[in-house]
Amino acid sequence: MSENQTVAAGEPLLSLQHVSLSFGGVKAISDVSFDIRKGEIRAIIGPNGAGKTSMLNVINGFYQPQLGRILFRGEARRRMRPFEAASQGIARTFQNVALFKGMTTLDNIMTGRNLRMKKSLFWQALRHGPALEEEIAHRRFCEGIIDFLEIEHIRKTPVGALPYGLQKRVELGRALAMEPELLLLDEPMAGMNLEEKEDMSRFIIEANRHLGATIALIEHDIGVVMDLSTRVVVLEYGRKIADDVPDVVKADQKVIDAYLGVAH
Amino acid sequence: MFSTRRPSDEVCGAPTPAATTVATGRHTREDRLGLPPKRANADDTFAKLLRMHARVRGGRPAFRHKDFGIWQTWTWSQVYDETRALAQGLDAMGLRKGDRIAIVGANRPRLYWAITAAQMLGAVPVPVYADSVADELALVLDHAGAKFIVAQDQEQVDKIFSVAARLPNLAHVVYDEERGLGDYGEARLHSLDAVMAAGREALADPRVAAALDARISAGEGKDPSVIVYTSGTTGRSKGVVLSGERCIAAARDTVAYDNLTDRDEVLAYLPLAWVGDHYLNYAQGFVAGFCMACPESADTAADDLREIGPTFHFAPPRVFEALLTRVMIRMEDASAPKRWLFRHFMAVAKRWGESIANGRKAPWPARLHYALGELLIYGPLKNVLGFTKIRVAYTAGEAIGADLFTFYRSLGLNLKQLYGQTEAFLYVTAQADGAVRADAVGPPAPHVELRIAEDGEVQFKSPGMFVGYFHEPDKTREALTEDGFVKTGDAGFFEPDGQLKIIDRAKDVGRLAGGQMFAPKYIENKLKFFSDIREAVAIGQGRDFVAVLLNIELASVGNWAERNAVGYASYQELAGNPRVAELIAKHVDAVNRALASEPVMAGAQIKRFLILPKELDADDGELTRTQKVRRSFIAERYAPLVEGLYDGSAEAAISAEITYEDGRKGKLVGSSKIVDMPIYPATSGSRAA
Repeated sequence: MSENQTVAAGEPLLSLQHVSLSFGGVKAISDVSFDIRKGEIRAIIGPNGAGKTSMLNVINGFYQPQLGRILFRGEARRRMRPFEAASQGIARTFQNVALFKGMTTLDNIMTGRNLRMKKSLFWQALRHGPALEEEIAHRRFCEGIIDFLEIEHIRKTPVGALPYGLQKRVELGRALAMEPELLLLDEPMAGMNLEEKEDMSRFIIEANRHLGATIALIEHDIGVVMDLSTRVVVLEYGRKIADDVPDVVKADQKVIDAYLGVAH
Repeated sequence: MFSTRRPSDEVCGAPTPAATTVATGRHTREDRLGLPPKRANADDTFAKLLRMHARVRGGRPAFRHKDFGIWQTWTWSQVYDETRALAQGLDAMGLRKGDRIAIVGANRPRLYWAITAAQMLGAVPVPVYADSVADELALVLDHAGAKFIVAQDQEQVDKIFSVAARLPNLAHVVYDEERGLGDYGEARLHSLDAVMAAGREALADPRVAAALDARISAGEGKDPSVIVYTSGTTGRSKGVVLSGERCIAAARDTVAYDNLTDRDEVLAYLPLAWVGDHYLNYAQGFVAGFCMACPESADTAADDLREIGPTFHFAPPRVFEALLTRVMIRMEDASAPKRWLFRHFMAVAKRWGESIANGRKAPWPARLHYALGELLIYGPLKNVLGFTKIRVAYTAGEAIGADLFTFYRSLGLNLKQLYGQTEAFLYVTAQADGAVRADAVGPPAPHVELRIAEDGEVQFKSPGMFVGYFHEPDKTREALTEDGFVKTGDAGFFEPDGQLKIIDRAKDVGRLAGGQMFAPKYIENKLKFFSDIREAVAIGQGRDFVAVLLNIELASVGNWAERNAVGYASYQELAGNPRVAELIAKHVDAVNRALASEPVMAGAQIKRFLILPKELDADDGELTRTQKVRRSFIAERYAPLVEGLYDGSAEAAISAEITYEDGRKGKLVGSSKIVDMPIYPATSGSRAA
């Protein structure tokens, strides 16, 4: 655990200060503050409707919070659109897989490199000279990811024809292709069986340690969360009720109540 | 139906199979190829062979591996350098002559190099099945007393350390793929990269390099070269010790037999721990100097096969069967003209392909027609399957159906059969080009002495014969006859044309009351080659005649029923239909005719059969989990039906309470009509075409 503590003590990559988000009269998030430190795996958990996905959407700029401040790499930002977040190094996967179904695994992962392709559309369309060289370099990078995720056998298979567990893996591959500084995973293990969960956990840990991605993830499987994450923030009804290392969070009475349910 | 092509005794001089016979291997073939019968102490270890190839064909490809989507290639001289570096690194860690070093993983060039590196030092590599669970792995590693283990990746390393407490001899584990292993903090764990780098650095000193050279030269052919564990389907697996000179002698023979050269190429996808991979790919590759291509992963092997286009290939019958099924399913989905073309030319292939492949006479219009088929159908099909460049392909391991075998042969694929044993370092028999048939496994391989014992057991002496079982001298003694032949445990006999035919495991072969040989599996296999018959159980041990219980194949008989307006609602109803009995009787009759043409088997024709009212199922304990019939169990459960078969009645009923494996009780009620079959006189000296 010593390693975890040193990571947890690292400098914040992203910090949310007193963030509130509401849709009309519904308060999705109210006055939540926490930070994500460089190199950690940060879990966001909570019962259904606690505001977890809204939180991710706030982080990657899909939603604009009405109140509060968000600091990314120490710089405050107020309004940002998702593609700006992406170009700043924030990648994400979705609760419901959002891939290009008709394209192959390889092509889907290559789209993750899109922001890094510098040559103009003109050259890319010709697929010659410098654009070709660039594509080869990107392809090499993507092959590294394919090797990493052990999906060589479906390299040329259209994604729509793949089983769900593999689609999730391809989606993670596409996010990793962006070489993100911060990787947001929305329920990466939903609907998976035990073996698929174990594989996915292994990939997440590896992506964190060896590819150096800081990870924020939402996950319902508490066992997985406690094993994987460095620190856990717990939301309930849009409020933060706990924020600490897994062992402390597990023992927190408020968290136990939130999950087991008590009379309010 | 019959062809009396070969009056037996004149042509081959093969004595009657019942007697003790010794058919000595085909020396004539050696003479024809102009090979010296034995090379005096040339390169008698794999390390010396590698050194020779690095010198003679240093620039030729030796290994390929698809990595990051691209085929990476290493030449013989590169492989020699890499292997030397690895050997030196392992030496520095304390790997000594005679130590065992286990290799656990999929087909990866560096794992093959680890085998050769160990052999350079006189250590003994022990390839282990990568898919074995930790417990099985521990048994083998412990029995072999492995001091070093080279493992492919984290999965294997995790398994090894989970049982490390049971491996007192284990000193070091070296891994190939880094992923996930970076922070294990285990002192005994090293990366292959680091070991090779250390070795390479040490070899920069010319004295160290010279010392390693001297060790390669000092390697002796009679020393153990590898220990291959048997698969253990017939008991606990045993460590088969093979020596370098014998391995290489055997491989030289078969390389010459199939004219393999350094221009050949194989896809090394068979399990590393199986003797077949070590022989067909590793040993033959090191003797002939051809290139071994390692697939990207097990899942991509079919695609990799297409990309590489090997010239020599091996696959067990079930792989060929799965491929054929895939082809047929895709053809069903093709457009009507394509389907017509396919059917038309497959009929042409069926009629003429085998004759053309075996170099027999065929009229020129047929040849022309076949050539057109090659252009339109056979060629493209072989291309899709990755078979375009194959000159020699083998299958072995189980009986292959004639239709399946003929399908590939008639496409122009030179598919042959061999019969082998781990104890023989594979080859015991092999079919020669141009003399191939589906129902036998060929004449003795070069320099193999083969005989049939009194009790029908096949026994052999071969160039690649094992030295003994590792640490089990008593088992070694049991496996050998007094005059040094290896007992295979398989029963078989020689066909009139000199080809060996394997019947069954020797212990399963029995006799009828009249003394005729009765081989249940042999009869069952013949029946099961008909797609209408799913399972067959032959009974006859100690009885007056052979009787058979059958299961029909619901899919194909159901299809037949639809086409012939036979209505049915369930398996039981269809199985009881008299017209189905007629259909099946035709198949049984064909089997009887085939049996009649085999002198040894003619006495065991099927006199009566019935179709079981229930499908045999592994869940009910009637089949093993590997789908083999449990003969004695079935005979017991269906005793009233068996009784009916032997007491002459025309119908037998069963009504019995049975307890299923999960404890449920069920009632088995049904009746079967019993069909009498004509028995044919033995037509000795000929065989069905």
